[in-house]
Amino acid sequence: MYVELKHIHKNYGSYKASEDINIGIEKGKLAALLGPSGSGKTTILRMIAGLETPDSGDIIIDGKRVNDIPPAERGIGFVFQNYALFRYMTVYENLAFGLEIKKVPKKQIRERIMELMELTGLNGLEKRYPNQLSGGQRQRVAFARALAPNPSLLLLDEPFAAIDAKIRGELRKWLRDMIHKVGVTSIFVTHDQDEAVEAADEIIITNQGRIEQSGPPLQIYKSPGTPFVAEFIGESSKVEGYHQLKGFDKGKYKGAVIRPEFVESFKNDNLKFKDIIDYSEEGVIEDISFRGNCLEVKLRVGDILLTTHRSLERRPVEIGERMHVIVYRMYAYDDDRAYLLENKELIGKEMITF
Amino acid sequence: MKSNRKSGSQGIKWVLISVSVLFMAIMLVLPLVSVIVNSLSLGIPFYLKSLHTEYTLSALMVTLLAAVIAVLVNTFFGIVAAWLITKFSFKGKQTLAALIDIPFSISPVIAGLAFLMTFGRLGWANSYINQINQLFGVDIKIVFALPGVVLATIFVTFPFVSREIIPVLHAQGTDEEEAAALMGASGFYIFRKITFPHIKWALLYGVILCTARALGEFGAVNALSKARGKTFTLPLEIDALYLAGSSDSITAAFAVSSILVIMAVTVIVARNILEYQAGKKQGRYES
Repeated sequence: MYVELKHIHKNYGSYKASEDINIGIEKGKLAALLGPSGSGKTTILRMIAGLETPDSGDIIIDGKRVNDIPPAERGIGFVFQNYALFRYMTVYENLAFGLEIKKVPKKQIRERIMELMELTGLNGLEKRYPNQLSGGQRQRVAFARALAPNPSLLLLDEPFAAIDAKIRGELRKWLRDMIHKVGVTSIFVTHDQDEAVEAADEIIITNQGRIEQSGPPLQIYKSPGTPFVAEFIGESSKVEGYHQLKGFDKGKYKGAVIRPEFVESFKNDNLKFKDIIDYSEEGVIEDISFRGNCLEVKLRVGDILLTTHRSLERRPVEIGERMHVIVYRMYAYDDDRAYLLENKELIGKEMITF
Repeated sequence: MKSNRKSGSQGIKWVLISVSVLFMAIMLVLPLVSVIVNSLSLGIPFYLKSLHTEYTLSALMVTLLAAVIAVLVNTFFGIVAAWLITKFSFKGKQTLAALIDIPFSISPVIAGLAFLMTFGRLGWANSYINQINQLFGVDIKIVFALPGVVLATIFVTFPFVSREIIPVLHAQGTDEEEAAALMGASGFYIFRKITFPHIKWALLYGVILCTARALGEFGAVNALSKARGKTFTLPLEIDALYLAGSSDSITAAFAVSSILVIMAVTVIVARNILEYQAGKKQGRYES
């Protein structure tokens, strides 16, 4: 592990910002600290940077305990949420700042900056001031400035928060590629799961000052470990009467979450589903909304309201229409764990899914 | 309908303009012009002569000395106080911020009397000053001497610099400083490279206001300065000339006043040039 946090505790007065945090991140990986606001993710990032001090526990970077090492000597680059570019300095001066402090010779500074400008696609902008740049360009400058002194660890605080939704996706991909190209171990904080899923190699989910689960995005997505993760990840809706659905038993669980992709609905005469029509339930369409690339359909099955997505290629449906509904699987949970439940009627059956 | 409303607001505009111009003319411009006119009423040779008296020259020197020292001291402490209040959090910060404003709200005469009661013969600090004088074999006097005049001027002009800088520093936040500190910049380097460029114009503006106020201070200095030709400042000298009552001395009072008027106008012009410059420059960095 390149970066390790062991049993970190941090309180602000009686407020527990971090409670027994244990994290390990491998060299060269891009990790995301994902959680709702107030879940303690930024505190963790700031403690790694040395901008905050943990009350107890060890922070280890590259095998060395860095708790007592000042921020500037930890070998980290930090990208602030609003970039914190020096507004009275040009792009060039911004990038040179950290190197000048390290007393790097002028000629080397120039070479390094030219290299970074080339890498980040900022060529020709060196004489601009930060306010003369677009949001995306500012992010690139902030990124290049953090990389200038060749840090071994890059920390980014909500790096996409200040950018228009439209170019955010593009920048996400850019940042991911760039970090992998440079090969610097990186940790970024975000509250947006799409961002974490799309960009990160590893996701660490925080909630109320604790780590809920960590792992590769697909693993988190496919097997959420705790009730919080099951509900937080994906477009999940809570269903208390899950055992009323065909193919699911009550068990010892308190409730379940069902994602739209776990729900299939089809018309009476749809032959593709003829093998499993016996295991379906009857549902009535309560609401249909257009989601751009699909329809979001809400179906009432008994007391339960299920949400599913319907491809625009399929036959049109209307509110009030009776449909057959099948739930393939769900995540049931008790007080502290989440469990994958498959529809037991369907086990061993051949199915066609859209 | 629309044109009606427009002509209505046009009417209001012109009424407001006339009222303002009339008010300014009667309250500000005419009195200031009359100072200049009166100062020249006995001719230019008399005007120059009344500026060349021993008393006037001494008063001018005292005024400039007090103003320069007050501006230097208040610039330094103003920056320190503003920096402390905006970039650090500690207990009693609000109280400190409120304390800085006291000279704005308190009458200068009371400030002068307060110094008199502190450093004067009956003041609690007097015995300490005597001890210091004996110990080092010196003869430092505060009250009715130059140090008193300087102290009073510093007191009255204390808030100007910090009050100008604080809002600017507040608006800037601490992000850029934090970023610089993370890269290993020292506190002073951060101030020089990051903070100072930001407060430059506000600081200059504060210094100008501070200067203007220091040049014109009367009340506080009046309580602490009684020796004409030694510790009198220009405003005190003007007062003395005017109270002498002869028509010559009254004209001389106006002549000396004209110096202050010219200084004040210069300061106002400088202020406006600065504001214009700052606005133009600021536009380049702010988004």
